[in-house]
Amino acid sequence: MTTVYEPSHETSHEPWDETRGAEIIAEHSKQEGATLVVLHALQEAFGYVPEAAIPMVAQALNLSRAEVHGVVTFYHDFRHKPAGRHVLKLCRAEACQAAGGDALAARAEAKLGVPLGNTTADDRVTLEPIYCLGLCATAPSAMLDGRLVGRLDEKRLDALVAEAQR
Amino acid sequence: MSMRLFVSRDAGAIAVGADEVAIALQQAAAKRGVAIEIVRTGSRGLYWLEPLVEIATPQGRIAFGPVTEADVPSLLDALASNTPHLLRLGATDEIPWLKRQTRLTFARCGVIDPRSLDDYRAHGGYKGLERALSLGSDAILNEVTASGLRGRGGAGFPTGIKWKTVAQAKADRKFIVCNADEGDSGTFADRMIMEGDPFLVIEGMTIAGITVGATKGYIYTRSEYPHAVEAMKAAIVAARRGGYLGSKIGGSTYDFDLEVRVGAGAYVCGEETSLLESLEGRRGIVRAKPPLPAHHGLFGKPTAINNILSLAAIPFILAEGAKAYAEYGMGRSRGTMPIQLAGNLRYGGLFETAFGVTLGELVDDIGGGTFTGRPVRAVQVGGPLGAYFPRALFDTPFDYEAFTARDGLIGHGGIVVFDDSVDMRKQARFAMEFCAIESCGKCTPCRIGSTRGVETIEKIIRGERVSENLALVEDLCNTMKFGSLCALGGFTPYPVLSALRHFREDFVPAPTTLQAAE
Ligand SMILES: Cc1cc2nc3c(=O)[nH]c(=O)nc-3n(C[C@H](O)[C@H](O)[C@H](O)COP(=O)(O)O)c2cc1C
Ligand code: SF4
Ligand code: FES
Repeated sequence: MTTVYEPSHETSHEPWDETRGAEIIAEHSKQEGATLVVLHALQEAFGYVPEAAIPMVAQALNLSRAEVHGVVTFYHDFRHKPAGRHVLKLCRAEACQAAGGDALAARAEAKLGVPLGNTTADDRVTLEPIYCLGLCATAPSAMLDGRLVGRLDEKRLDALVAEAQR
Repeated sequence: MSMRLFVSRDAGAIAVGADEVAIALQQAAAKRGVAIEIVRTGSRGLYWLEPLVEIATPQGRIAFGPVTEADVPSLLDALASNTPHLLRLGATDEIPWLKRQTRLTFARCGVIDPRSLDDYRAHGGYKGLERALSLGSDAILNEVTASGLRGRGGAGFPTGIKWKTVAQAKADRKFIVCNADEGDSGTFADRMIMEGDPFLVIEGMTIAGITVGATKGYIYTRSEYPHAVEAMKAAIVAARRGGYLGSKIGGSTYDFDLEVRVGAGAYVCGEETSLLESLEGRRGIVRAKPPLPAHHGLFGKPTAINNILSLAAIPFILAEGAKAYAEYGMGRSRGTMPIQLAGNLRYGGLFETAFGVTLGELVDDIGGGTFTGRPVRAVQVGGPLGAYFPRALFDTPFDYEAFTARDGLIGHGGIVVFDDSVDMRKQARFAMEFCAIESCGKCTPCRIGSTRGVETIEKIIRGERVSENLALVEDLCNTMKFGSLCALGGFTPYPVLSALRHFREDFVPAPTTLQAAE
């Protein structure tokens, strides 16, 4: 039997909703040291960690708001506002640099008209740096909405950018 | 009889089209009325040949690669009629790149179905646990110590000693933590083993639990590895169902269970104490040592925290005996190391071999030089905190002490190759920048020093008071080296200083041009 991994395409998120947020928090807060688990679950549902969820998380985990806020800001993954409709991540680490990644990153910035770390004005694409996807033997690497792409070159990058802009 | 094909489900293979090839094979076979079975394996690690398709024959597996969707019809024709095909590579096990390796840890990776406990057992899985159960804690500790196994996460600390400390600690609860954070650029062995042989990790951790008296283990990995997370979680469920996790594992009196936790994009969380903070739900700020995690680790309890490859080496050591493992290697570096070849290289991939192979052999011979066809100029070994080596040091053998003697480190075994178009000023600047981005912020030399480092190297790049600023960078590196609490700040000087030392010509304009300018 074959199971084929289904690459996830456009990611859809629910709008922030307090009741739903409380549900998610309750579902995950029983584990030991649950802060990251809860924050991941919130971001998966809403696409970011809403400010309004922070006091709720703090209360559920018996932490101060400042502590939860501190965790959210420490980790690069957690978003403070929703990303664009598509997220294109380009690996900026050494193996990808060695394989021509710098020029491709510059090309993506020029094509999308935003520097890495930003979302296009039409909210379609968020372009982000990532430090190693573990695909270093087929560098340079990218990830579009969770789909992995190796052996990136100008042609493949242009296709990815075009797909993200759709 | 149906044709049995193997296609990798490893993220590295998927990134270059393995899913599409598997789907195309399925569809084309259905259209022709050919019965096929596709087993999604891990990767053999020969990434330039991915997507690799293998077919089972009475004489063993035959490989084809790299296969694209467009090759599928002709490939199916050739397979069905047993006629030659352009992409045919012959018997997989005879591919020289694979044949040259000594695969102890990765023996099953790319061979078995990572979702199948039965397949794991059919290929010798759980033999190590069986023997461990019959030996008991003290005898296991002797085996692990005698094997000479040192931490594969980078520091190279003897695993036997670490486990003994935890075993001797008295507490109501103890933990095994598997460090699968693998943030280093150029490394992917942790990811491969989770995706290709997850039961091996579970078996290694279970043995660790029995040895030190821990009943719970955590696998902490990165959010950048969703496929690995999925594979580990599926394997944990299967192992539990098979009686290999939970209470009375394998019919013994021991209880042990596992959980996967996912980080959130912080490199420093690979550092063991920062990882523990993160697992406890806090900012990943590095803890001062002592106390050691072995005494005061996760949730304040004695904890054995090991790199995933250290744990994955354990089942072989228990199944085959310490001596069988220790026979490989050189000096105090015993056994095999899964070396990862990456960057601008013709043959990039995972190469497991005994310690002692030289850097030059790895880069020129095994790696086949650059894929751009230009000369190799610099090689960074050991991730973003590792030194850049010039060709002049290619005789360095892969061994912890030999690399230290040349102001480098082997770290997690990642090798990143650059051709002659590399600008070493940029690489030195990047090392500082990476440290600035990833610093946990606890100590000044790392937090502030790295930002100053970026600024000063930028001045050098602009040609401002070059020799003065070079001296400043060296001074800064010394402060970071001796004033940082952990290796993020403490080792960033390795890439920076090695770039300055071995590639000086990139930083200082050649004397002739200077004279010409005067
Ligand atoms: C900044 C930093 C990052 C690290 N990242 C990792 C990592 O990703 N994986 C790992 O196993 N060890 C990493 N280490 C080393 C660990 O702190 C620790 O030495 C290791 O997990 C111990 O396991 P071992 O003895 O089995 O190697 C890192 C260390 C530092 C200072
Ligand atoms: S060296 Fe850097 S990362 Fe390490 S403890 Fe100090 S500030 Fe944190
Ligand atoms: S350095 Fe880019 S994938 Fe590893």
